[in-house]
Amino acid sequence: MNRPAENRQFTDLYLARLAGQEHFIQGDEAAALGAVFAGCNFFGGYPITPASEVAEVMARELPSVGGYYVQFEDELASISAVIGAAWAGARSMTATSGPGFSLMQENIGYACMTETPCVIVDVQRSGPSTGQATLPAQGDVMQARWGTHGDHEIIALAPSSAQECADLMIRCFDLAEEYRTPVIFLMDGEIGHLRERVVLPQPDTIERAVRRKAAVGEPVFGGETVPPMLEFGDGGNVHVTGSTHLEDGLRDVQTAEVHDRLVRRLVAKIERARNEIAQVDVDVEDDASVAVLAYGATARPAKGAVLRARAEGHRVGFIRPVTIWPFSIDEIQRACSNLKRLLVPEMNLGQLVREVERHVDCEVVPLSKIGGVVHTSSEILSAITEADKGC
Amino acid sequence: MLKRLADPEFFEALTAVNADRDEPPLRPVYGTRDPLAGLVADDAPAAPRTSHHRLLKYLRREVLPTTFCVGCGGGTVLNAFAHAVDEMRIDPKGIVCVTGIGCSSWIPSPYFLCDTLHTTHGRAIAFATGVKVMRPDMKVIIIAGDGDLAGIGGNHLIHAARRNLDLTVFLVNNFIYGMTGGQVSPTTPFGAKTTTTPYKNVEHPFKIADIVAAAGGSYVARWTTYHVFQLMESMQNAIDKKGFSFVEIISQCPVSFGKMTGMGDPVVQLKDLRDRSIHIDDAKGLTEDELEHRFVVGKLVERKRAEFGDGLQELIANRRESLSEELDGGLRQDTSALETGR
Repeated sequence: MNRPAENRQFTDLYLARLAGQEHFIQGDEAAALGAVFAGCNFFGGYPITPASEVAEVMARELPSVGGYYVQFEDELASISAVIGAAWAGARSMTATSGPGFSLMQENIGYACMTETPCVIVDVQRSGPSTGQATLPAQGDVMQARWGTHGDHEIIALAPSSAQECADLMIRCFDLAEEYRTPVIFLMDGEIGHLRERVVLPQPDTIERAVRRKAAVGEPVFGGETVPPMLEFGDGGNVHVTGSTHLEDGLRDVQTAEVHDRLVRRLVAKIERARNEIAQVDVDVEDDASVAVLAYGATARPAKGAVLRARAEGHRVGFIRPVTIWPFSIDEIQRACSNLKRLLVPEMNLGQLVREVERHVDCEVVPLSKIGGVVHTSSEILSAITEADKGC
Repeated sequence: MLKRLADPEFFEALTAVNADRDEPPLRPVYGTRDPLAGLVADDAPAAPRTSHHRLLKYLRREVLPTTFCVGCGGGTVLNAFAHAVDEMRIDPKGIVCVTGIGCSSWIPSPYFLCDTLHTTHGRAIAFATGVKVMRPDMKVIIIAGDGDLAGIGGNHLIHAARRNLDLTVFLVNNFIYGMTGGQVSPTTPFGAKTTTTPYKNVEHPFKIADIVAAAGGSYVARWTTYHVFQLMESMQNAIDKKGFSFVEIISQCPVSFGKMTGMGDPVVQLKDLRDRSIHIDDAKGLTEDELEHRFVVGKLVERKRAEFGDGLQELIANRRESLSEELDGGLRQDTSALETGR
C-alpha cells in the first residue's frame, strides 16, 4: 500500500524548509525536531512536565513527514508501543520525565533483552516521587543505568544546550540502530525548557544509520556482537521474547549456559564499543592541577566558572561527558592523570561522581546541589579557588 | 449464525470418531530440540501423533508437544485458532501474534508459526498498538489470559477498545492465575477458593466482555472451550472485523483452578461450562439474578465506528496535502513534479 510515510522526497523537501528557517526554541522542541530529522516515524507518549513539549512538537510535526503520533493511557503503554512499532519497522521514540521513566523501566529491560532499537527521552525533574515537578534535576543518572532489573548495559547521552538536543538526538537514533539497543536521551528540565537559537541540518547532509537486516532463516538473536534484525512482515516468523532465548529467538529459560551466553553478549556488544560510543569534551592542559567535570545543564555554569578561574590565573581544566553511559573511562582517566583534584558538580546528592571516583586516581570532590536550582558559576568558581589552594 | 449450543453429546461422539481412526502410530516431530530427549525410555508408548495433522503447517514443530497441562483448554483455543486461520485462507506470514505473560500467552507463542511478539505482563495490547499502527496491512492478534488482559493490563484493554484500532483480542478466561500456581484473578467467581483466597473470594469478578463492549469495542463475543465450532466462527468474525474486536474464551483449568475449587477433572469443568452457558438471545428478559452464575455466550456487540488506523492515515494525508499548498512556489513545483512521477 502506498502509505504517506513512504514519500521520502516530500519529507526531505519539508525538512529542508525547516532547516532553512531560524529557530529560537526550547531544548524539548529541539529534541523533537532532531528526532524528526533523524527519521523518527513513531512517537508514543504520555504528557508529563517538563517533557510535554516534546510530545506536542511530535504531534505537530510527525504527520507532516508521514509519521505516527499516538498518545497513550500511560507510560507503560507508551514504551510498549514504541518497542512494538520498532519491530514493525519504525524508528520509534517516547519522551517522559522521572516518574514516567520509572514506569517504563520494565520494558526498557525488555528492549535490552530483545535488542530493540528505540529512543527514550527523559527530561529529568526533581524527585523522588512527584518531587518538584516543574524544576530541573539530574537525579535519574543511576536510574538510566540500573533502573531495569538484571544485568545489562545501556547507552545514555546528556545534552548541554538546545542545539545539542537536536544534534545528539540524531546520534541517539544512530546508536540505537547500530547497537540494536534502547538509547536514553538524558536531558534535564533546565535544558528542556531553555530557549536558544538552534540550527537544523539540511536533510541531505544527515547520514542516518541504516537498520541492518538479516536474511530469512538467519538468526536474529545470535552472533558475537550485534545481530542483524528481521522486522514483522519480512517472512521470517521471527519470535521475540523477553525470556531467555536461543539464537533463533525461541525460549530456553532453564539452561544456564544459554542465559550466560545471551546476557554476556548483550553486555559485551556495548562494553566492547565503549570508546566508539563514548563522547567527552576535554579541555585540560598538562599543567592543570584542578578540573571540573560536569554534564547537562550543570556543564554551563561549570564552564563559565572555569573560564573565570583561568582569567584569575588558576590552571583549571574542564571535562564534559556527553555520553554518560557507557562512561568514558579511558579518556577521562587520561584527562585526570596529572590532576590533584577533580570537582564534580551535579544536581543530585552524588550519582555520576561515584562512577568518576571508581576510575580516577586524583581526589574527587562532589559539589551536590538539589532543590531544583542550577549551580551558579560563582558557586563553582569559589569551589575551584578553594580546591586550587595548596595545589 | 449458530444459535444453538453444541450438542451435549459432542464429547461422546468425538470419542467414537477417534476410536474409528486407524493410522499408524508415529513419533512426533521435534526438530533439533526434542524436549523429551533423555526423559523417555525407549520402550515408552509412542507419543501422540502430531506430524500428520493437516494444520501442523501452522505450528512451530520444533517446540511440540505443548507444555499445557493435561486437560488444559489452551490446546482447544490453539486448535480453533489454527482452524479459523486455515478456513479464512490467511497467509500466516501476514499475521503478528502478540502475547503477554501467563499460560494463555503460550497458545500462540511459541506454538503458532508466525511473527510473534511475546511481551511483558499485561502489555500485549499496547505493544500490538505500535505494531498495527506501523503495519495496517498485517493482522495483529493478541491471545492472552484474564490475569494479563483484565488484571494488570486492564487499562490498556479498555483504552484500546475506546481507540478502536483494528486489533483482534482473544482473552482466554480461566478464572485464575494458572502459571503462578492458582491465585485469585479479576475474573475468579465470588466465593471461590484459590491459593490466595483459601477461605473464599470476597471480591466480585469482572464480566470482561461486557466491559469491552461498553468501552467501545467494534465486535465483542463470548464463547467457551466447550463451544468449539461457535468459537471458530466467532474468531473468524473477529479477525475479519475492521476495528477493535474481542472474544472472551472461557476455558477450563483443571490444575490451577481445579485444585482449590474441586473442579480438577477437565471433563467435569467442560460440562460445567456447557451447563452454565446460555445464549445471549435466550438470556434476553432474564434478570441479573437469574444470570448470576451463567455465562452469556454469543455475539454481544457488533458496531461500526471510525477505525483509529484509518483516522491516522487520513490525518497524515490531509496534513501533507495542505502542506504542499502552503509550501512556497518553488517547493510546490517540486512537490507536484514528485506527485506526477508517482
